[in-house]
Amino acid sequence: MSRLGTITRRSFMGLGVAAAGGLAVGYYMYRKPYANPLLAMASEGDAVFNPYVKIAQDNVITIIAPRAEMGQGVHTTLAALVAEELDVSLDQIKVEHGPPAKAYFNAAMIVEGGPHPFFDESFIAEVTRGTMNVVGKFLAMQMTGGSSATIDAYVKMREAGAAARMVLIEAAAIQWGVDAASLSVSAGIITNPADGETLTYGDVAQAAAVLEPPTKISLRPRAEWKILGRSQPRVEGFEKVTGGRIFGIDVQLPDMLYGTVKMSPRFGARAISVDTSAALEVNGVLDIVPVETTTGSGFGIIAENTWAAFQGAEALEIVWGEAPYPANTDDIRAVLDKALNAKPDFEMGGKGNVEKELANTQPGNIVEAVYEVPYLAHATMEPMNATAQLKDGKLELWLGTQGPRIAQGACAQLLGIEIEDVTVNTTRMGGGFGRRGEIDFSLYAAALAAKTDGRPIKVTWTREEDTQHDTYRPIAKSRFKAGISETGEMTAMDVDIATASIMTSLMARTYSSGPPPGPEKIMLEGALGQPLTVPNVRFRAHKADLQIPVGFWRSVGNSYNGFFHECFLDEVSEHAGKDPLAFRLSMMNDDEHHPAREALKKVAAMANWGGNLPAGKGQGIAHTLSFGTWVAQVVQVDVSDDTVKIEKVWCVADAGLVLDPENFKAQMMSGIVFGLSQALDQEITFSDGEVEQSNFYDFDAMRMHQCPEIEVELLENSPRMGGAGEPGTPPSTPALANAIFAATGQRIRTMPLSHSIDFA
Amino acid sequence: MQLTINGIRYDLNSDPEMPLLWALRDILDIKGPKFGCGVGECGACTVLIDGEPIRSCILPVGDVEGAVTTIEGIANGENLHAVQAAWLEHQVPQCGYCQSGQILAAVALLNTIPDPTDVDIDEAMTNLCRCGTYPKIRAAIKDAAKMLGDKS
Ligand code: FES
Ligand code: FES
Repeated sequence: MSRLGTITRRSFMGLGVAAAGGLAVGYYMYRKPYANPLLAMASEGDAVFNPYVKIAQDNVITIIAPRAEMGQGVHTTLAALVAEELDVSLDQIKVEHGPPAKAYFNAAMIVEGGPHPFFDESFIAEVTRGTMNVVGKFLAMQMTGGSSATIDAYVKMREAGAAARMVLIEAAAIQWGVDAASLSVSAGIITNPADGETLTYGDVAQAAAVLEPPTKISLRPRAEWKILGRSQPRVEGFEKVTGGRIFGIDVQLPDMLYGTVKMSPRFGARAISVDTSAALEVNGVLDIVPVETTTGSGFGIIAENTWAAFQGAEALEIVWGEAPYPANTDDIRAVLDKALNAKPDFEMGGKGNVEKELANTQPGNIVEAVYEVPYLAHATMEPMNATAQLKDGKLELWLGTQGPRIAQGACAQLLGIEIEDVTVNTTRMGGGFGRRGEIDFSLYAAALAAKTDGRPIKVTWTREEDTQHDTYRPIAKSRFKAGISETGEMTAMDVDIATASIMTSLMARTYSSGPPPGPEKIMLEGALGQPLTVPNVRFRAHKADLQIPVGFWRSVGNSYNGFFHECFLDEVSEHAGKDPLAFRLSMMNDDEHHPAREALKKVAAMANWGGNLPAGKGQGIAHTLSFGTWVAQVVQVDVSDDTVKIEKVWCVADAGLVLDPENFKAQMMSGIVFGLSQALDQEITFSDGEVEQSNFYDFDAMRMHQCPEIEVELLENSPRMGGAGEPGTPPSTPALANAIFAATGQRIRTMPLSHSIDFA
Repeated sequence: MQLTINGIRYDLNSDPEMPLLWALRDILDIKGPKFGCGVGECGACTVLIDGEPIRSCILPVGDVEGAVTTIEGIANGENLHAVQAAWLEHQVPQCGYCQSGQILAAVALLNTIPDPTDVDIDEAMTNLCRCGTYPKIRAAIKDAAKMLGDKS
């Protein structure tokens, strides 16, 4: 691409406002913005305003939404932030993922990583949040995850839009020789009210881009918003109803080859012997190559089409080495059990004296329960795939990735080339749920591309390979113990959670390093940090040492801790002789718990909680605060024909400010179906060191006939903005288990619930 | 082998055992039908053959008899099919990956049952959506049924 004629300008300064919480240490470095990655990529005639806005002479306005669009609508919402301040409508713009670059760091993703509950406004919590923000920038995590994309962008991207608008108006003012303040702008057209003359953004873009950027940016007050706060049609909606070629798997390049991989089904093991002769005889198979990476060891099949590659993979005869972990699920569970009963690895966020309080409680007033959940696969609808071309020492990748910079670095390292020589084109994603932040599918494509003499190759995994080589939601087991006073108040809660460490697994496969120091809060999140007034609480985490890859799965630790915690509160309320809703409300006594109380009350009203239900029906309630969003749900089941039919789910979510209500509600609905799907037979088990499940016939998810009616309402009591993609998931499963208890009297403490009861 | 896809005739000399899905995607570069499972379990690869919804990942291309319609072939020029229009109106797609198959399954359903009940929808719409868009799919089908009913 020619850089001639590209208008360059100083880097965008708009990061200052977002930095307001930063600590003095390293402040200067932090304030110094990263280079604008669009400058290097701009075509002739493009005017680049900042890392988020590009306007061509023909008035094509491009907004960079540097977060992965995997179904959560983030492109629409991020573009709306810029468009609101730029004063253009969403149908006037193009939205692109943008290149991997430090400028697109995501600070919000790790800002809640400290030990303080979300609502803790105390000084120390604020200071920690500020520090975390700085760390976020230094690590330059261009990552989509933790339901953080919109929070991170909220100020940055509106400022980007406003800054561009201001210089565009100024350029028009200079051209007309009038005062900028006298001009008006609407829908990308600048008007001089004095004579009715107009200019488009494209007309003045070139002149505007060389002007000094504004030092003071005032953002539009909420009352004046035209786009934000209202539901918008998805920017990519049309492509998604017409079969658009937008996914990684749709990439088509001239002279492209096709491939697949067959990696060791025992994690951490290698092939002992391989016979490739039958595979090489498959019509269309060109080559079989070894693949050695930090994420796995195995073979790549290079072929003329995907079908041939799949058949070639099946025809490979390989003897694999032994797994470095217990070979069967029962033995794996024994490791978990042992961890739960061993000394804890860390304790976090407790208060009072739990041991003393429980010792002083009558045995009859102590409630104890043990819960367990299995490994789970992400099972994104689009199987893992990536396309790569290695030519003249440079690698180009086409990927549906949640972490383009991480993929870029890992592929450079694998091939021994410079990071600058790796180009990443991010495609749309057929589901992510945390899976597409991993580097394995990128690495395998890069490894195969090294063997094709410069030809591009698209490497598509079979569904079987995808199911059996996931980075699973970890298995987890917990023990909860509570003491109840004579008047039915919970006086103590003791929580022990055993699970595998995601950070240990992730850091080893991604960076070949150990886990970051300090406690791994995600092991406890969902139990820890919940709005609950209990004088004595203790949270202890026990790491189970299992070398099975585990990773971020929609709502991460909350996905199991939410289940444990909210099922347990239901059990305690039963022992206390109280209604589950009234019991919860009676224990949310701090001012900060206000959003939770309101969400619970509202969801109860929607569901007519406590009303007379016909025989055979039951309702269960749960609330989880996760990713800054408070979500209360009521599930109603019908068990009148001895199977459980999930009839209806009511959901109230409070994320503080919601930028696109329809999309937010759709995310809640999606999170609920994702959560409830677990209950229906989802589990990943092991035999002989290998995953036993392989395709949708043995690892399925909820289907149309099982899907309840879902009603979602939103509240805005929360003082800070929360996420959308994940918080719908955690309360869905406990609300379901609690509903089954209400209808049948049966407490089910192990997932999937279908082991204990039949679903319709 | 000769195939009629979206009204166009193609000559194909691939392995007749190759599933129709891969012949469409890799050989003919028709990318609307998606690969989800390869075993007929998810419906992402759904196409219509003479109006019937067929999972193209398990149908050898040599066995195809009849005219194939993919998602690319259901709109009338610039005018979206009523089902596509209803999908847009209800903002059904999230990641969108399953939606080619969902839309074609819905088109086939409405061709046989113009005014489907919830039970009809449950029985016909067996495609997997990992993003959980089912409630919106249901609502969009009912709306599309109305649109089509008003037209005739
Ligand atoms: S890909 Fe054909 S049914 Fe799943
Ligand atoms: S919209 Fe993502 S799988 Fe259906």
